[in-house]
Formats: sequence, C-alpha cells, structure tokens
Amino acid sequence: MVIDDYFLNVSDLSLEISNQKILENVSFTIKKGITLAIVGPNGAGKTTLFRALLGLIPYKGKIEWNGKVKVGYVPQILSVHDIPISVKEFLSFKDGSNISSALASVGLDSQTVLEKSLGALSGGQLRRVLIAWAIIDKPNVLLFDEPTSGVDLGGEEVIYGMLKRLTAENRITLLLISHDLHIVREYSDYVLALNKRVVFFGKSKDVMNPDTQKLIYGEPVCREYGEIHGGAVTI
Amino acid sequence: MKFMAEPLLFSLIVGIAVGISAGYLGSIMVLEKMALVGDALSHVALPGLAIGILLHFNPFVGAFAFLFTSAVLIWYLGRVTKLSFETLVGAVFTLALAIGILLVPQPDLLEALFGDITKVGWIDALIAIVISIAVVALTRAIYRKIVLGLISEELAVSKGINVARTNLLYLLLVSLTVAIGLRITGTLLVGFLVVTPAAAARTISANLSKYFALSAIFGAISSISGILLSGYFNVLPGPLVVVSGVAIFAVVIVVRWRKKITS
Repeated sequence: MVIDDYFLNVSDLSLEISNQKILENVSFTIKKGITLAIVGPNGAGKTTLFRALLGLIPYKGKIEWNGKVKVGYVPQILSVHDIPISVKEFLSFKDGSNISSALASVGLDSQTVLEKSLGALSGGQLRRVLIAWAIIDKPNVLLFDEPTSGVDLGGEEVIYGMLKRLTAENRITLLLISHDLHIVREYSDYVLALNKRVVFFGKSKDVMNPDTQKLIYGEPVCREYGEIHGGAVTI
Repeated sequence: MKFMAEPLLFSLIVGIAVGISAGYLGSIMVLEKMALVGDALSHVALPGLAIGILLHFNPFVGAFAFLFTSAVLIWYLGRVTKLSFETLVGAVFTLALAIGILLVPQPDLLEALFGDITKVGWIDALIAIVISIAVVALTRAIYRKIVLGLISEELAVSKGINVARTNLLYLLLVSLTVAIGLRITGTLLVGFLVVTPAAAARTISANLSKYFALSAIFGAISSISGILLSGYFNVLPGPLVVVSGVAIFAVVIVVRWRKKITS
C-alpha cells in the first residue's frame, strides 16, 4: 500500500549479481524529510540497495521518487591516498563557487584545510569534507554509506549530530547505512533492516528492544507503526 | 648524424611538444596505475611502422593506425571480459613486437626501435605542436572525470559521468601521444615519456595543478636535455632522453629525502 504523500516508494525490488541473489522483493515507502537508517549484516545488500536507488545497476521491481529529486551520494570506500588532490580541487569538481560556506557548515576552516591534500586529512576531517561535498550543490536527498567510516569513537557522535543538523536545516531526506544500533536509535527516525529481504522496518527508538533485535537478525516482522503487505512495508 | 641549426630547432620543437603532452597525459597514467600500459602499448606500434616502411607511406601514420585500433580493441575487450587494461595490453604487446621485428626491414629496425629525432622537418614539428596542443586540451577536458572515477567509480557514475566513454577517449589520447613520441625515443623507450616525468612530479606534489604542471615541465626538460646531449655525443637521442628523465627523477627523490630528514 503506497501512501499519497510518499517521497520514495520501492516495490518488489530484486537484484542479482553474477547469478547471486543480493536483494529479494524489497518494498518500503518513506516520506519527505525523514532520516532512514539501513542496517543489516555484511552482505545483506545495503550498499547494493543504494546503488539501485542511484540507478547504477539494473534491477527488477520499481523505484519511484515523488517530485523533483536531486541526490547527493557519498560512498563508504574512497581511494584518496594515492591521488594528489587538494580539498579545494575536490570540492570544485562539483561546485567551485560555494566552497567556503560548505566547509564552514561542516565546521572546517577554509584557511586551514583548503590547500591540504585529501590524503593528508584525518578520518574525521575527511568525513566532514565528504559531507560538504554531498551538500554543496544543495541536494534534497542524501545517500550516505557508513558516514563515520574511519572516524574514532568520540568523533562519530559529532559527525552524526552535524548530519542531523544539516539535513534538518536544508530539508534533506537522509538515507544512511550504519552498523551501530546506538547511533541509529539516536540519530535516525526509522530503520530498515535488510538481510537480502526486509526483516524489520519501524521506528528507530525501538531498535534497541531485545525483541526487535532478535527480529532484525531473524524472521520478518509486523509492528504497530508499520504494516507489511506481502513483504511491502509502509510508514 | 650531424646537427645543423635548422634540424636542431625542429628536433627541439618536436621534443618539447612531445615532452609536454606525454608528461601531462602520463600524470593520469601514473594515477591509474597504468604506468606499464603506455610502455606495452608502444610496442603495438611496431607492426604499423613496418607496414609503413614496406608500403612506402609515412610509418608514423601506420603506427598510429595500429595504436588506435589496438586501443579501441583493448577498450572493447575490457568492457566485455572485465579484465584490466594491463592484462589485455600485456596479452597482445609481445605478439605485436614479434610481428613488428619480423616485418621491419633490417636497416630501419634500429630507428624504429630507438627513434631518431634528428630526421624531423618543419612539417613534423608542426604536426607535433598541433597534436600536443590537442592532447593537452582534451586531457584537461577529461581529467576531472577520470580523477573522480579513480577516487570512486560509483561517485563518478552517480554524477552522470560515462566512465567507459571517458576511458576510450583517454586511450585514444595515449595512442596519439605514443605515436608522436616514437620519433624521439622509438618503440622500445617511448613508454618512458609517459611514466618517468609523472613519477617524479608525483613524489613532490600535494595537489593536481602542481602535479600536472610539473609532469609536463619534467617531460619537456627530459626531451630538451636528451636531444642536446645526443648532438654533443653524436649518438641516438632516445636513450639520452631516458637518461635525462631518470636523472630528474633521481634528483627529485634526493631533494625530497633531504627535506624529510631536515624537517
């Protein structure tokens, strides 16, 4: 069942790579402006779901965006250490006119980092630059694969807090992949748990519930805040 | 081999043009970890040179035709088989070298293998300038796409960049550069022109602008030094261009090392 004011509707999404099923009949619907965290074990199909949403790989089923969509994307793995590219050059690949304000919005001082090589940045600085990259051309939806990959424990909360503030300020719908259920509970509105299929879809505040966690790593579930219709979930 | 004022001037013009374009384009090859691709691809030119010599047309047109065809073939096979450029180039280059050596008439073999820039005229100089300008301009037009693809192919594709088409254009530029580079160093040494200047620049560059500029400058200095030294010592310029380039690389490494231990 698709709600009228949906922003993204995915129905019966199935995907195979080299004859291996990666996603099977994944269906869900989200509204505009929410933060959706995608969780699941390694090989669950989380990154593949992002690649399908971006139209990078062929799939079966339907992916519908409602209205005008401008997607910002930050992958988990980036090869920046072998390439002599400064922060200024990297950001100007996308939009050279707005660099200083984009860096300021992620708490970085242009004077300090602009001429620095991407490979010389700390894990936290690099992630901030990537957030600046993602928002510099004002997207209305952001796909972020492991936003705190390479960031130390203390820095994670800062990065997620910043993402929460920026997405709220700029009215961005955020889809993020994370392994940390504490972070997911704190900084997202809804959770989509994948293990090739949708195994859980519901409010993030319930994600720490032992029953819910059992369900995430077990059989599919129906909760009061979501309805399941043959594998399709709507919130 | 005697140097006169005019041939020397033409040689230097060709050398500078080729050095700049090869250095500039080579900086991407080094980033792509395709340093040996230029070297291997250059051997593919030999059968083309041979056919040109045997059928009495400009051998470098034959070389370019072979390079161009090979580049397209390698690009296509790469898409179909998902094998890397290096693997595909490695698979065909020894065969091309063997066929080329069998076909090239013995008296011309040395020049084909090691080049002889002292024989270039004003038309060669003009062609080298035009091709070099085109190579640098087109490389400038695509380098952002290639670099973004190197950082993350998904990131590039999500920005609407056609990575496959960009790679094809890039391979064609490599073919063009190798074809004009053959005049200076010949098929065996032309790979140097696209690798060593960029390798030297890479070790001392923190950003792309400096890296590309230094690659081009080191390429030009290698060519000029090699050509002038070859006139002085009365030997083929190709090997001396290589020696000059490696000397620049060595100096850069030593300077960087000294800087590191004093900082």
